[in-house]
Amino acid sequence: MENQKKNPISGAEAIIRCLLEEGVELIYGYPGGAIMPIYDELYKYSDNLTHILTRHEQGATHSAQGYARTSGKVGVAMATSGPGATNLVTGIADAQIDSTPMVCITGQVASHLLGSDAFQETDIIGISTPVTKWNYQITKASEIPEIMAKAFYIARSGRPGPVLIDITKDAQFELFDFSYEKCKGVRSYVPLPSLDTKQVTAAAELINKAKRPMIIWGQGVILGKAEEEFKAFVETSGIPAVWTILGLSALPTKHPLNFGMVGMHGNYGPNVLTNACDVLIAVGMRFDDRVTGNLETYAKQATVVHLEIDPAEISKNVKAHFPVLGSCKESLPQLTRLVKHQEYADWKQLFADHMAIEIKEVINGDTLPTKEGLTMGEVIVGINKCTKGDAVIVTDVGQHQMIACRYAEFVRSKSNVTSGGLGTMGFALPAAIGAKMGAPDREVVAIIGDGGYQMTIQELGTIFQNKTAVKIVVLNNDYLGMVRQWQQLFFDKRYASTEMTNPDFVTIAKGYHIDAQRVSKREDLDQAIETMIASDKPYFLEVCVEKEANVFPMIPTGASVSDIRLK
Amino acid sequence: MSELTKYTISIYTENNVGLLNRISAIFLKRHIDFLSFSTSQSEIPDVFRFIIVVSMTESGVRKIVQQIEKQIDVIKAFYHTDEETIFQESALYKVKSSSLFEERQIQNMIKDSHANIVTVSPEYFVIEKTGFRDETEELRVALTPFGLLQFVRSGRISITKEKMGISEILNSFKQQNKD
Ligand SMILES: Cc1ncc(C[n+]2csc(CCOP(=O)(O)OP(=O)(O)O)c2C)c(N)n1
Ligand SMILES: [Mg+2]
Repeated sequence: MENQKKNPISGAEAIIRCLLEEGVELIYGYPGGAIMPIYDELYKYSDNLTHILTRHEQGATHSAQGYARTSGKVGVAMATSGPGATNLVTGIADAQIDSTPMVCITGQVASHLLGSDAFQETDIIGISTPVTKWNYQITKASEIPEIMAKAFYIARSGRPGPVLIDITKDAQFELFDFSYEKCKGVRSYVPLPSLDTKQVTAAAELINKAKRPMIIWGQGVILGKAEEEFKAFVETSGIPAVWTILGLSALPTKHPLNFGMVGMHGNYGPNVLTNACDVLIAVGMRFDDRVTGNLETYAKQATVVHLEIDPAEISKNVKAHFPVLGSCKESLPQLTRLVKHQEYADWKQLFADHMAIEIKEVINGDTLPTKEGLTMGEVIVGINKCTKGDAVIVTDVGQHQMIACRYAEFVRSKSNVTSGGLGTMGFALPAAIGAKMGAPDREVVAIIGDGGYQMTIQELGTIFQNKTAVKIVVLNNDYLGMVRQWQQLFFDKRYASTEMTNPDFVTIAKGYHIDAQRVSKREDLDQAIETMIASDKPYFLEVCVEKEANVFPMIPTGASVSDIRLK
Repeated sequence: MSELTKYTISIYTENNVGLLNRISAIFLKRHIDFLSFSTSQSEIPDVFRFIIVVSMTESGVRKIVQQIEKQIDVIKAFYHTDEETIFQESALYKVKSSSLFEERQIQNMIKDSHANIVTVSPEYFVIEKTGFRDETEELRVALTPFGLLQFVRSGRISITKEKMGISEILNSFKQQNKD
């Protein structure tokens, strides 16, 4: 139109418009002085964009992470400058190490005050640099569209990760002519390395000659939305597949070629046989030290094929003899076309033999206990029965996390939300909020320890206010159990500061008007779980479990995967 | 343990202040010191080049270069041994003027070492020398007895014998974005 007048908008409004352009429906955050103009716009746009007020900024980041993990979209968290911004750091670090797409927006003091130690000024760009995929400080409103578009593009593309955008208060007020264009590329950034077909052919030849091949898959399968491609590869090749903690749920638990978990508290066979396989096919995983144990003795006999999107992961910890760069969504189908199906009967029998030992030595005691005290394992089994493996299981960090990941059953992908690389206690409760909002039709069950629960317990307020129907299970052993276990095994039972005198968790939940129940007897457990799952409201269940139980198998720090202990 | 070698890391970047912090953090968290560091405009407009010299194992430097290249604003990073590059450092020496006139050796030293006199004032004169580390170092040691008022040496600047191909990378990006 010829006489169309330009209609300038404020930087703050532009931020909201950018979020809407990027398809954001939900953001988590906490207001304060330096971000008030944006909150004011949120108020005006509340029909289009829902803002969830968490009770702490850390909660906002974990909720955004939980949302991202179940929805596959970018999570958004927002905070004010200074303490608001620094409270985001743990969640950002968690998202960085677990490759979770997240955009954090922080307010900042006005640009003329930068560097003057102004009220609530903090160098959040400096602080967040080592834990972000990218960050940027906006000081002029005109920068907003391009930078926000770039932020979302970077957060979600390639190997995803957190991006932090800091916006000075004057830029939020400044008026400018808004127009938006989605980011299609950044010239210094290659999100998707191109696939080298020659490498795929070479890898396939190697795989076809293998007698004892093993697949270890990680979260790359989920992040790459390659679950179907992965399943086809596993089924076509007939190769036993095992998972890292973040890969969990990408292949159904009961899939005949799913042979369990690797790593510190993983299954016996997958760990021991890592040092017996002849070809190790790593798919979207990064050989974290919790997976490999001592690198000097890790899979030295194996030829390693590594399907990986991030070139920096190639031969970082474990030498990749056949690196296959690219998204596994692309590389897996190519590989599937070239691999021959084989039975590997003797090799699979070895997994079965190890499993039989693990069942006898560990799993029976965990899941079919005969002793009086309740075990964490039987709680998870009870939940499996009730949800038929269709729930999203969100876990915190500690013994309950390992037990939940070992025993929870899954029939669909994107169902395991846990803090893997950072091991952030306090993750689960806020992450469960986001997980539920990211997958509203699904049952979301948070499994949390009594320690970690108290790190972010204030998020019960968020749950109450938003009527978020998450099911919260606290496995209460009155201990920082995982640390106590290490003290028992490696520090001669000197239980330094790991015993807790806990409050009445049921009363606390009820204080937030959340239905709550405590169970301490085996005969009450199943009924309690049923009541909880049947509820269409938030529900809190405390299970008092045996205080000094340990999680096994275990690879002690620095030990070899094949020296995994059963007791 | 594998042997430590001197490597020159060249990083082509978008002009970005925040990047310095990002790059140094990568070295810091692995306790790797810079033997020298310099940054300047590169052959391409708006593209900067960092030159960092480190002493590392080959596998260590490879991993660090992978981490650097992973940063969004880094276009490309390389590492090279001394044999693969042409490199120089510059040094400035400030000496009392009286010694220049009193000690004839100094004049010879300057001549022999192909150093240049940049400035002469009644109080002091400033000598500049560009060369390898041992050359600028030799002159420093030689001048010290005559009262070296100030000494400074730049970071290494270096150019590779092989071609870097940065323009090609940038052009291929342009091409992709047209499609
Ligand atoms: C924020 C944070 N602080 C400390 C730790 C170290 N840590 C790991 S597990 C654990 C104990 C967790 O106790 P609890 O939440 O009760 O779970 P449990 O192991 O008893 O199941 C601690 C303290 C951590 N992972 N995160
Ligand atoms: Mg506990």
